[in-house]
Amino acid sequence: MSSDEIILKVRNLRKWFPVRTGILEDLFSRDEKKFVKAVDGISFDIKKRQIYGLAGESGCGKTTTGRVILRLLEPTSGEVQLGDQDVFSLTKGELNEFRKSAQIIFQDPYESLNPRMSIFDFVSEPLVVHNIGNEEERVTNALKTVELIPPEEFFYRYPHELSGGQRQRVAIARAMILNPKFIVADEPVSMLDVSIRSSILKLMFKLRDEMGISYLYITHDLATTRQVCDKIAIMYLGKFVEEAETEELLSNPLHPYTQALVSAVPIPDPTARKSKVTISGEIPSPIDLPPGCRFRPRCPHAKEICSKEEPDLVEVVSNHRVACHVRV
Amino acid sequence: MPLLDIQNLRTYFSTRGGTVKAVDDVSLQIERGDALGLAGESGCGKTTTALTIMNLLPSNAEVLSGKVFLNDVDLLTIDEETLRKEVRMKQLSMVFQGAMNALNPVFRVGDQIRQGILTHEDITKEAAWERVRELFSLVGINPDRAREYPHEFSGGMKQRVIIAMALSCNPDLIIADEPVTALDVIIQAQILELMRDLREKLGLSMIMITHDLSVIADTCNKTAIMYAGKIVERASSITIFKKPKHPYTQGLIANFPSVSGELKGFEPISGSPPNLISPPNGCRFHPRCPYAMGVCSKEEPETVELERGHFVSCHLMK
Repeated sequence: MSSDEIILKVRNLRKWFPVRTGILEDLFSRDEKKFVKAVDGISFDIKKRQIYGLAGESGCGKTTTGRVILRLLEPTSGEVQLGDQDVFSLTKGELNEFRKSAQIIFQDPYESLNPRMSIFDFVSEPLVVHNIGNEEERVTNALKTVELIPPEEFFYRYPHELSGGQRQRVAIARAMILNPKFIVADEPVSMLDVSIRSSILKLMFKLRDEMGISYLYITHDLATTRQVCDKIAIMYLGKFVEEAETEELLSNPLHPYTQALVSAVPIPDPTARKSKVTISGEIPSPIDLPPGCRFRPRCPHAKEICSKEEPDLVEVVSNHRVACHVRV
Repeated sequence: MPLLDIQNLRTYFSTRGGTVKAVDDVSLQIERGDALGLAGESGCGKTTTALTIMNLLPSNAEVLSGKVFLNDVDLLTIDEETLRKEVRMKQLSMVFQGAMNALNPVFRVGDQIRQGILTHEDITKEAAWERVRELFSLVGINPDRAREYPHEFSGGMKQRVIIAMALSCNPDLIIADEPVTALDVIIQAQILELMRDLREKLGLSMIMITHDLSVIADTCNKTAIMYAGKIVERASSITIFKKPKHPYTQGLIANFPSVSGELKGFEPISGSPPNLISPPNGCRFHPRCPYAMGVCSKEEPETVELERGHFVSCHLMK
């Protein structure tokens, strides 16, 4: 389980992407410049050894959040602290050091592995980049940790010779070879078959327990978060609508959007309740956001205030934060 | 008499690497009004089974043996012309995986559905258009939107259009291949609700191919579990989910996460699915099976009917 030491602190993080228009419009249009507000002011903490889930539908900004935290994308504003490092003020050289302590695992192991690189070269590349010697021993250990055994047999194989589960293990070996303290796991199992998923998740747990790694676990799959995450935040159009410990959030969702998400998930039991749709419409464009609460146009409980003021994320029960005028 | 009766179907692909035994001795029955979930991991032969039924296999595939009776006619013996004119769309239609992205962008969606109707039925263009409008209401889209183009539709709406297309000539049986896989959870729930509705309203029979057991539990009354080209267990969905007998089914169900109910631990099935060019001898699951015995690596297990309608292929059942 997680300790009380906070390892990652995110404050008012924003990432706006400018909407590209034609040159004439740039020069002559009097309209304000438009932005896709992919991440629009989110704050949260991740504790040591915690697995923090970030869930939401496609386009809600969860992947952008992960990338901005690692500075794979430059932020628009906000603050991120990993340990005692202020991530957004790092110089190029410092950023290099930072990469040793923060890594990412991507969604699709069929695309994230370079098909022309042997497993040894792929896993040892971070060691070469950071000028750390002793490659053979370190790669052997990393492959052992991710249970690709015997490691020597995998050294000179290529990604196409491996199954999906093995590929994701290789990607994890590369992410952990520099002993990071924090990993962004962006849908690490959604491309894998059910019988493979559990073993990859089990491996992530092992790394947490043995190496003290904390995770930001990005996913659209609420059922898996229950098995994996200590805490979950639900994102909608760039903002958190609700955050709580996993069991609390899934059994007692307070925000109408979270309630809709949870009740829409089908249950693998033919005698259980059927999946239900409690809200209408689809996610609106993140360019022209409605004033007030972003969820208002689809919300079954909307009141007058909802179209005027944006709700803040407020703690309503201990450790359970909700951004909703109706619930607070 | 079942609506669809598949007996001992074998479909192999010849590839440069060797012969892939994609579907190997598969038998299935579907009664009128049934919704059968066909579940299994990628590459286990689910889609190949469907394509064999539809007779839409690529040229390197060969059906080595088996019979596919639909309404008492063996589909594997009739000629392509009859199949195209009399069977597909009218008796049997398919919602292909990712079909919503295959709508032609330069034609109105309504026209794309009407074209299918006019090909199969001898009615006027106006009557066919009227049918398109009815189909749109049936799948929950405003009929006036039939005049719009695919880019004006969202993903969920396009999937509704594809379902309307599959229903356009009143088929007896629809095969839906991963119909909700690429959709977000709320849209997915809308489509599943629609499919449950259609089954009730039209008395439609359905085969739902998916890797997602929760989708099957949500919509299907029967379930068949496929592994490495074979069906290892089939029964009513309640039996499969509550009293699974095959170790593979048990592993899948035990590992499948749920947002409610008891929190499941991790008991991963070790290893990964075999290569179907040279599948393991005996039971194809034995290298991964926690209960494997001597006989499992030597003899292929027979399929036994444990209770009425509950078929299992496993040596443990003896």
